[in-house]
Amino acid sequence: MSEAAKLLLIAFSMIFTENYVLVQFLAICPFLGVSKNFDSCLGMSGAVIFVMTLASAVTWTVYHFLLVPFDLTYLQTIVFILVIAALVQLVEIVLKKFIPPLYKSLGIYLPLITTNCAVLAVTILNITENYNLLEACVDGMTAGIGFGLALILFCGVRKALERAKPPKCFEGLPITLIAAALTSMTFMGFAGIAEKLFH
Amino acid sequence: MKKSKWQIFTNGLFKENPVLILLLGCCSVLAISVTVQGALGMGLALTFVLVGSNVVISLLRKVIPDKVRIPCFIVVVATFVTLVEMVVEAYLPDLYDALGIFLALIVVNCIVLGRAEMFASKNGVVDSLLDGLGMGLGYTLVIVGIAVVRELLGSGTLYGFRIIPEGYQIGIITQTPGGFMMFGFAMALLIFCLRKKGKKFDPRIGCDGNCGNCAAGCANAVTDLKTEDGGLTAKEGSES
Repeated sequence: MSEAAKLLLIAFSMIFTENYVLVQFLAICPFLGVSKNFDSCLGMSGAVIFVMTLASAVTWTVYHFLLVPFDLTYLQTIVFILVIAALVQLVEIVLKKFIPPLYKSLGIYLPLITTNCAVLAVTILNITENYNLLEACVDGMTAGIGFGLALILFCGVRKALERAKPPKCFEGLPITLIAAALTSMTFMGFAGIAEKLFH
Repeated sequence: MKKSKWQIFTNGLFKENPVLILLLGCCSVLAISVTVQGALGMGLALTFVLVGSNVVISLLRKVIPDKVRIPCFIVVVATFVTLVEMVVEAYLPDLYDALGIFLALIVVNCIVLGRAEMFASKNGVVDSLLDGLGMGLGYTLVIVGIAVVRELLGSGTLYGFRIIPEGYQIGIITQTPGGFMMFGFAMALLIFCLRKKGKKFDPRIGCDGNCGNCAAGCANAVTDLKTEDGGLTAKEGSES
């Protein structure tokens, strides 16, 4: 498979077939917490895409140029989470100073995603999948886009749910989870498409 | 109002169950509750990390400066997680494969960081230990409970033993939609029981709702964020 096809395959599977939220159960907390409001959905997705892409690039570099040469790969988890935490802080400071409009729309979501499990997951999976730097970046970015897609889709579902009248004991979160189940069922329809499409 | 030691311990088990009431750490509950074996392993691994990090953070609570407390918490938690990862990989390779990435993701599990922030950094060592134990076992209780139903209906087995003959399973229960659905049913059951008793379901975020200063990453309180002097405040509380 050519490099371009491989990148496309990564992108397609991250957004649809291996969607982090709806297929792999990552980042469920912000998925349920933020999806009530469309504007916060947009802000959160933007911040996640941004940080995931950066974090993928930085952790890949750290892993291959620091941890591997010094034989410290067993420290992967600690190093990655610290790199992500520091990176988020740094991004926040830089944005605040140099690009205030972007900071205004993304800034408040940045501290929240330091410990978003999808960010740490994407950096670790980049290493286990043996991606090169470019693939890792594409993987990070499209995983973020997949997260955003799920969030925005689900925001619409939730808007419709507000007008529904479920049984009393299902009101609130239970019915939201059932709706999430149905939303994720639609993503099961993508299973197997990726391999057929890119081979 | 001072709680007794027993109350601190049982608090996490029922009254403030981290998964069903505080709504923390949902990711791993949904993903790992496919088999009872995996769920039990995950629950115990998380309990160990939670107790260890709670004790260490409680011991260090006077030393850690307030401004850098979150990175400090993360280092402590990550150390324990790395420890668990190594032990599980060496002695229980099957479990290691079953848990996959979710073992490493205990680092960013909202329960661990949430308890460090909300409890261990403000309370004594013994109390923190009991809180960690209670919360960890409360998590284990829920994840194993969901796993029993999912494994029985989805694969027809229980802890690996076949109960329902092959061919009579509901496959989708072991897949992603089944996870969401079972979690929804578990929560509905809880609300149903509480209503029978005449109590109100009161999902709490167990914190001050100020996500800007928190590392838990749960964003449960975030429904409508607004900036005030650089910080952020969540206007609305938890799910209503």
